[in-house]
Amino acid sequence: MERLSNLSYKNQRLLIILLFSLVPVALLLTFSYLPVFKMFQYSFTSWDGFSKKMEYVGFDNYKTIFTRPEYFTVFKVSLYYFFATFVQMGLALYFATILSFNVRLKNWFKGILFFPTLLNGVAIGFIFLFFFKPEGTLNTLLDLVGLGAWQQKWLLNPHLINISLAFASVWRYMGMNFIIFLGAISSIGSDIYEASEIDGANRWHQFRHIIIPSIKRILQLNLILAVSGAIGVFEIPYVMTGGSNGSGTFVIQTVDVAFKYSKLGLASAMAVVLLGIVILVTILQRVLIKEEK
Amino acid sequence: MQPFKYSAASFFKYLSLVLGALAALIPIIVVFFASLKTNAEYASTGPLTMPENWLNFSNYTKAFVDGKMLLGFMNTIIIVLISIAGATLTGSMMAYILARFKFRGSKLLMGAFLLATLIPGVTTQVATFQIINSLDLFNTRWAPILMYLGTDIIAVYIFMQFLDSISESLDESAMLDGASYWTIYWRIILPLLSPAIVTVIIVKGVNIYNDFYTPFLYMPKSSLQVVSTALFKFKGPYGSQWEVICAAIMIAIIPTLVAFVSLQKYIYNGFAQGSVK
Repeated sequence: MERLSNLSYKNQRLLIILLFSLVPVALLLTFSYLPVFKMFQYSFTSWDGFSKKMEYVGFDNYKTIFTRPEYFTVFKVSLYYFFATFVQMGLALYFATILSFNVRLKNWFKGILFFPTLLNGVAIGFIFLFFFKPEGTLNTLLDLVGLGAWQQKWLLNPHLINISLAFASVWRYMGMNFIIFLGAISSIGSDIYEASEIDGANRWHQFRHIIIPSIKRILQLNLILAVSGAIGVFEIPYVMTGGSNGSGTFVIQTVDVAFKYSKLGLASAMAVVLLGIVILVTILQRVLIKEEK
Repeated sequence: MQPFKYSAASFFKYLSLVLGALAALIPIIVVFFASLKTNAEYASTGPLTMPENWLNFSNYTKAFVDGKMLLGFMNTIIIVLISIAGATLTGSMMAYILARFKFRGSKLLMGAFLLATLIPGVTTQVATFQIINSLDLFNTRWAPILMYLGTDIIAVYIFMQFLDSISESLDESAMLDGASYWTIYWRIILPLLSPAIVTVIIVKGVNIYNDFYTPFLYMPKSSLQVVSTALFKFKGPYGSQWEVICAAIMIAIIPTLVAFVSLQKYIYNGFAQGSVK
């Protein structure tokens, strides 16, 4: 590196900026921006992904998505995951709050509640296939506690399948919300609690008037991320049911349309719609959080 | 009334914690039980029944050998190591120049990285596939490696946040001694960044180890299977041998458990820093 130090700092500066940004920028352009550009281009074609010629079809693909019910019903599936997020965040907030105060075996509970989030998505899919099997864990548990009459074919009943899958999703991601909330709550100074206790506040008052306002931004962020999360669901239903029996999500459908049926143009248009929803949600989030300031 | 109310609240608190812990653990524990049962035992007992022989590892051997799990682990390790080393380097370099130099285009660069975080990877997969294909990287380990490197912007943020806490006077005094910018980065900044590097390694490592989508789409060749895709392959042929599938699930989980128990403290910090963008 002697040669480098012989250069003036001004030239060094230029060189280091160029050198250090070369690889990251090249990767950014190739794997973030080029795909978006290409995706828009493909979405106006009927390309199958293989043939040399791309035929432009205008807005036909978009028309297909919004008029053919089989493409649009997948959004209903997202609603299950969207509502599940509220359950997930409620649980996460509850556990984060009680584990922020004095509790016996605190670190054990923290570890156990957080651990599922670290697991492999495919493993989780299998674990819950086993859990929901007709002779599986859930039905056996129900029998054990005297609720044998509630036994169900959890993944075969079209009314229950998405609720079951959304439950697995809550199990998987609750720990993530939990740890984020825990971090946010721990940043609240203990003097505030002490002052409120002198004023006669109980735990509920503290939760309502200290904790909630302090972590409001993170709560909002998570709530709005829930929308894009609900639309982007892939792994759990794909591993567990392959999207059968009315459990297909938008991403499963996009992957199938692109790689199983070789309709790349249509799949790209679906991806553009998905991207559009996510951008809309993000803008909404920025606006809401700015208003908060 | 007061003490009663207090203990009732406390009882409810512990009850809910125990129920939460059970809900988190039972699905995993029953899989562990099943993985130690023989085929006949599995068929005749319920999932909550403990295995007769706690040392019956025959399912593990079968899953490990038949599922070629060793190959999966090898491929995963190669991909994780190269991706993490690369992401740490490129991420810290990018963060270094963005945090330390105000140059024309630095705002634009920052904005470009910011905007890219808003594009969810799943949406552009179809087009990315074509790019990987045209680079002749389909069915090679380089496809996921490049993608794990390319999409990593959270690392840049974590590094930049951390760089703010490293005083610039350190850089300046090194410059008085005639150190080049490269020396400053390599000898001063990078070693001081090590807590942030641990964070990035953990967050990225967990993500890559658990990722199913990318290797599934870009490396379908069976010699390139990773842990996730190796596990997924059990789905069809072992449909009736759940005790073997359960052993395979445990094989995929054990490394995570070991890492979690040994790195617990760092993992909590890593996730708290990595996820609040």
